[in-house]
Amino acid sequence: MTFWKRFATNRGAVIGLVLLAAVIAIALLAPVIYPGGPWKMVQRPFLVPFTTDGLPLGTDTLGRNVAAGLVHGARVSLLVGLVSTVMALLIGVPLGALAGFYGGYVDEGAMRFTEFFQTIPNFALAIVLVAILQPTLGSITLAIAIVSWPPVARLVRAEVMSLKRREFVDAAHLAGLSNIRILVSEVLPNAVSPIIVMASLMVATAILLESSLSFLGLGDPNIMSWGYMIGAARTVIRSAWWLSFFPGLAILLTVLALNLIGEGLNDAFNPHLTKKGRT
Amino acid sequence: MSLLTTIFGRLIKAVLTLLAIAVLNFFLIHAAPGDPAAVIAGEAGAADPLFIAQLRERFGLDQPLYVQLWSYVKNVLTLDLGYSFRQGMPVYDLIADRLPATLLLTLSSFVISLSLGIAFGVAAAARVGKASDSILTTIALLFYATPLYWAALMAVLVFSVQLGWLPGFGYETVGSGYSGLQRTWDILQHLILPALTLGLFFMAVYMRMTRASMLEVSQMDFVKTARAKGLSGAVIRRRHILRNALLPVVTLAGLQAGQLIGGAVLTETVFAWPGIGRLMFESLEARDYNTILGVFLVSAAMVILFNILTDIVYRLVDPRIGAKS
Repeated sequence: MTFWKRFATNRGAVIGLVLLAAVIAIALLAPVIYPGGPWKMVQRPFLVPFTTDGLPLGTDTLGRNVAAGLVHGARVSLLVGLVSTVMALLIGVPLGALAGFYGGYVDEGAMRFTEFFQTIPNFALAIVLVAILQPTLGSITLAIAIVSWPPVARLVRAEVMSLKRREFVDAAHLAGLSNIRILVSEVLPNAVSPIIVMASLMVATAILLESSLSFLGLGDPNIMSWGYMIGAARTVIRSAWWLSFFPGLAILLTVLALNLIGEGLNDAFNPHLTKKGRT
Repeated sequence: MSLLTTIFGRLIKAVLTLLAIAVLNFFLIHAAPGDPAAVIAGEAGAADPLFIAQLRERFGLDQPLYVQLWSYVKNVLTLDLGYSFRQGMPVYDLIADRLPATLLLTLSSFVISLSLGIAFGVAAAARVGKASDSILTTIALLFYATPLYWAALMAVLVFSVQLGWLPGFGYETVGSGYSGLQRTWDILQHLILPALTLGLFFMAVYMRMTRASMLEVSQMDFVKTARAKGLSGAVIRRRHILRNALLPVVTLAGLQAGQLIGGAVLTETVFAWPGIGRLMFESLEARDYNTILGVFLVSAAMVILFNILTDIVYRLVDPRIGAKS
């Protein structure tokens, strides 16, 4: 069976893919769907959902369109999730690869460094970083990357350590390739599949982190996000449940989609594990 | 390696880690926007240059950076975490005041999530492939993707606002004058929703891990032997599979417990729980950097302490761990 066929037999993964495609489409089309943007006050505040034409999810405490906020908020969630994951990979992959490949003092040093970052409670560190750097899209993305790279480094290190003992690496040595060349063009390409699986799960975690920071008021003040919507509606939960409910549901579905895709990829990459009983 | 040397080694490592965090904290304070003296002066309500210069001298801000670093680290080691001008109290006192509530919340949350997670994981593994297994796994998948603070808000909405079963706000009933058992019962009722919602995500994690671990161990040879001996399914599950399947779960649970502290910032914010997480949230709104960094340091210390404790417990429970390393 080909990779995609294996992926397609996993019902959850396909559902996840469809969900994610929908969220991406909404994010891309946001300016078309609600060209007025999410900040405009369109009606009186606290309109209940499903009661007014053109405002399917009602209005918030300032009379802004909740549906427009949701649609525009999808952009920041996906963007921060994706960019911070790429940044975390850029830190974690080289560090883990060097540690695993060279061993000895390099490994010792790199792993102490990684351990240090794993000991620090990562959400607390993210809060501190964003608070100090001031909340902007860039600082939020950077903070999430800084707290998410350690597992990548550990994974890549373990993969490289087992791969470097294989015969094809010995062959590359005999052929006279340099260490860096062997690491980059022979060893790392063989470690790509577990990295992809981990990356898809990391995007999900990053979206949760971004929304949690925005919820605490540490979002970029110029950008509408799902976490901000819930945070702003927190104090009126008793009278206006829909203001917190719909953005939370949007986060839940997006994160769920990414987790399902990650599991589907994992199963498709490791067909022999799938048969033994899915975990 | 004896237990004592292990503990000693871990303690040294813990102190080094804390020192490194203190150094990190120092540089973060310096990276914070604005001249600290000007910020302090502004918060104290006076900003004339003479006063700022005096402040700078008093706090040693006119000294070279390495001198300041040394005095900062020295202060941290003597539990002096600076002064919160916003709250008019030393940061250490603020935290010491709030810490018990956070400990109560995170520890109960840890116990709840671990025990429920293991129980559901065992139940799902026993019924692998059946409808009840799929239902449990799906619920775990949903919890795994639910934002913590949103779960907390929805729990308040359903159990507090709609049903009126549990209080959704605070640590105890204010002005009730309860004491003794009555007060304990009151606090317990206030604790249920925050502890459950904080543990939801981890319950899902532990359940998935337990299920996977149970299924893996049940394929092993000694389980086949036990089955061949004619032992009943329940006995095999409890005495042979579960005991061996639990170790990796508990090990990882101990390592992850630290993340509960981070989550507590969100839970305590939603439930107005008077712990250090709520303190951090209030300090964020006030841009009170001394307090933010103090809470950060203390929460890291708690994580380190918890890791050492779990490590010791494992060594006592499973002698193989000490022998291996």
